Amino acid sequence: MQVHKYDVVIVGAGGAGMRAAIEAGQRAHTAVLTKLYPTRSHTGAAQGGMCAALANVEEDNWEWHTFDTVKGGDYLVDQDAAEVMAKEAIDAVLDLEKMGLPFNRTPEGRIDQRRFGGHTRDHGKAPVRRSCYAADRTGHMILQTLYQNCVKHNVEFYNEYYVLDLLMVDQEVTVDGETRLEKRVAGVVSYDLASGELHVFQAKSVVIASGGVGKVYKTTSNAHTLTGDGMGIAFRRGIPLEDMEFFQFHPTGLAGLGILLSEAARGEGAILRNSDGERFMERYAPTIKDLAPRDIVARSMANEVREGRGAGPNKDYVLLDLTHLEPAHIDAKLPDITEFARTYLGVEPYTEPVPVFPTAHYAMGGIPTNISAEVLSDNETVVPGLYAAGEVACVSVHGSNRLGTNSLLDINVFGKRAGLAAAEYALTADFVEIPENPTAETEALLDRARSSEGGERVAAIRKELQDIMDANVQVFRTEQTLLEALSVIDGLEERYTRITVQDKGKRFNLDLLEAVELGFLLDMAKVMTAAALHRQESRGGHFREDFPERDDENFMTHSMAYKDPSATRTSGVRLETKPVIFTRYEPMERKY
Amino acid sequence: MEKEPASKVELAPGVGGGGEIPTFDVTLKVRRYNPEISDEAHWDEWKLTMYGTDRVLDALHKVKWEHDGSVSFRRSCAHGVCGSDAMRINGRNRLACKTLLKDLDTSKPILVEPIKGLPVEKDLIVDMEPFFQSYREIMPFLISKGHSPTKERLQSAEERERYDDTTKCILCAACTSSCPVFWTDGQYFGPAAIVNAHRFIFDSRDDAGDMRLEILNDKEGVWRCRTTFNCTEACPRGIQVTKAISEVKQAILTRKI
Ligand SMILES: Cc1cc2nc3c(=O)[nH]c(=O)nc-3n(C[C@H](O)[C@H](O)[C@H](O)COP(=O)(O)OP(=O)(O)OC[C@H]3O[C@@H](n4cnc5c(N)ncnc54)[C@H](O)[C@@H]3O)c2cc1C
Ligand code: SF4
Ligand code: FES
Repeated sequence: MQVHKYDVVIVGAGGAGMRAAIEAGQRAHTAVLTKLYPTRSHTGAAQGGMCAALANVEEDNWEWHTFDTVKGGDYLVDQDAAEVMAKEAIDAVLDLEKMGLPFNRTPEGRIDQRRFGGHTRDHGKAPVRRSCYAADRTGHMILQTLYQNCVKHNVEFYNEYYVLDLLMVDQEVTVDGETRLEKRVAGVVSYDLASGELHVFQAKSVVIASGGVGKVYKTTSNAHTLTGDGMGIAFRRGIPLEDMEFFQFHPTGLAGLGILLSEAARGEGAILRNSDGERFMERYAPTIKDLAPRDIVARSMANEVREGRGAGPNKDYVLLDLTHLEPAHIDAKLPDITEFARTYLGVEPYTEPVPVFPTAHYAMGGIPTNISAEVLSDNETVVPGLYAAGEVACVSVHGSNRLGTNSLLDINVFGKRAGLAAAEYALTADFVEIPENPTAETEALLDRARSSEGGERVAAIRKELQDIMDANVQVFRTEQTLLEALSVIDGLEERYTRITVQDKGKRFNLDLLEAVELGFLLDMAKVMTAAALHRQESRGGHFREDFPERDDENFMTHSMAYKDPSATRTSGVRLETKPVIFTRYEPMERKY
Repeated sequence: MEKEPASKVELAPGVGGGGEIPTFDVTLKVRRYNPEISDEAHWDEWKLTMYGTDRVLDALHKVKWEHDGSVSFRRSCAHGVCGSDAMRINGRNRLACKTLLKDLDTSKPILVEPIKGLPVEKDLIVDMEPFFQSYREIMPFLISKGHSPTKERLQSAEERERYDDTTKCILCAACTSSCPVFWTDGQYFGPAAIVNAHRFIFDSRDDAGDMRLEILNDKEGVWRCRTTFNCTEACPRGIQVTKAISEVKQAILTRKI
């Protein structure tokens, strides 16, 4: 076991992690630990854009953007956080431009902007051009630009280091003569893929920026590596997870594959049709139609299929129609996604509509933080030195449904805030002593996986998990489907104790790590399902057929899921609530 | 302005592809190497039943998940955007996640090997450090002198278009590791580093073009390129790699960007 010492340790090198690293790295001794080479992170897969009320092409302002974010999230957004994000969006985009990001340009040479779902002028009057973009490769450009600037600032990366545990200690603190225990972060434990050795990183500040958890589902736009590690590690160490019942299903995944076709397609004019050739969104959202927020479009599509108007031999998808758009326009604005349709489905989008169906896309929930990116261990207590940003975190700027282009924004705004705050804290704080035997838990976890000879296969358990999540915890949910899912997950968890990992070596043992990742997936699936069971209403991305209405009286609250073995009905997950922060907007019915 | 699309259209029969997905059998042969077990590499093969839309990555996953968990390779996004899984497939550098099995000759075994010219660590995993070292040496970040404006720098659509092609690089190393010059001389910067230098040299906002040209004028720089076009053929992003290299050569000669 090796021990390293840094002021700031950042877990993850996607957009949020690297944005944090650029700030922290210039101010404090910083290391970034990442299980992937930085440029492999899934931020690079983002397509459509990053929004900011630059008003480069038409009138716009950050207050409209705040409103859209709050309404898009079905009023479960913390409004102070949304306001921070919408205000700082403008600088976040300009920062990236100055770092070199090659945005598409207007004829005047300014950053070009385009439409995206749910972004409107003057509180819902009409769609507005707010998304800054680089063709349909915005995430790629953000990831590359941030990596380039990390190279510029000599940021220290530990590539292919898997963080598997967070070292937390309970410290006695005395405030106003009252002594109590306070959680403190001391560092992290990581596993070096190349050597199989454990490395302990002691740090004054730790920033968790490990991304999402899409792989709990079978049909997903997420990478194989998005297994909820950061959420899982925090949860196991007693940190609650907020709003985990809200998972976004993006309307347009390539049918059967889940590979994403950006909403930019609809922003550029593409429309959805059912098997009758009907533009069905005219029925569900008469004003903004195909550009309604994702939860509404995804449910409408699923409903078309349920009611027998799906296309294809099994009537199990709908069609994304770009055939009325100019091929030259498609090539200029949507080159990559049209190539995906050609490569993976053999469909020519110039002339044929593309088969699409909702795909699991984005976790609205995550590790609770305040607007300074500080992690909360309950509704208000900050864990000193612990930060989270990006998809792993829940600030909450997305509430129950994230608007497109608000995540690339979130990772930049709150990544930067986390980096600054972590460095600032590290400059004044002392190291917390590493607990005795810091790797004990991690070693036990790895030993169990390596030595068990029960013969169960990781891949088989994972597939069954993804199948039940797709079937029972997708866009339509009921108490019955959720309870059934929980009991299936319990069964899978029991089988998980009897897995066999075939690779017994130390070098690049990805077989072993897939087993560890499955452990996180099982935990997160349980949390998501338990939280969905707890929320007996329908709001944003969470739709309960047995409670189809939004219920502000009882559920205008965030959910907080704690690990608690005594909560047996919900598989060891205890649910509590946390008030939503309101500043300017009163909840209204969400109509588009 | 754009016109509203029709509320309802007549769809051609069978529109949107689909239909019964055929299955077929393939033999996958993977070059194995694990120095923990032996210094010698060897080939393992598996017969697999696969589906019409499956890619080489799906076949590798099937092997790893159902037959031999020790088969090791990198992958993440599974749709050609992260650059993790460049490998030699039937002798050509490609991304496993972007290579459909049905586009290969499935009557013969499909041969999968690690990319060449970088040290093999285990099976299909190579040490990428030398590759990233060359990348870092060309100063792959915007260097701009003078004041930065309060809002964005202006750049015309034409200026933006000038370097568009080389912004698409995902650092997968398919090009560099397909280059015969790189195989014999690991010191050569290689096509990917030059592509990334090109991205900045031809960016109207960048002021360090001369410095980068100087770096690439080195004996291990652009002049080692023998214009074999392997790199252009290998690039999964369709970047005109050889063209980018000759534009850099031209710029060194004329000192005009
Ligand atoms: C296909 C697709 C398209 C999208 N398009 C858009 C869009 O147009 N606009 C928009 O706003 N949003 C979009 N999103 C959402 C957005 O891209 C993501 O939410 C965002 O990029 C997440 O960034 P991140 O930095 O939090 O995580 P990621 O970029 O996923 O990075 C996670 C990092 O954590 C590391 N990591 C994970 N686990 C560990 C561990 N155990 N130890 C060490 N390191 C670890 C990984 O190596 C990686 O570096 C899209 C998402 C997808 C999937
Ligand atoms: S130029 Fe093409 S082949 Fe070379 S590293 Fe970049 S994406 Fe890969
Ligand atoms: S897995 Fe990402 S490019 Fe192939």
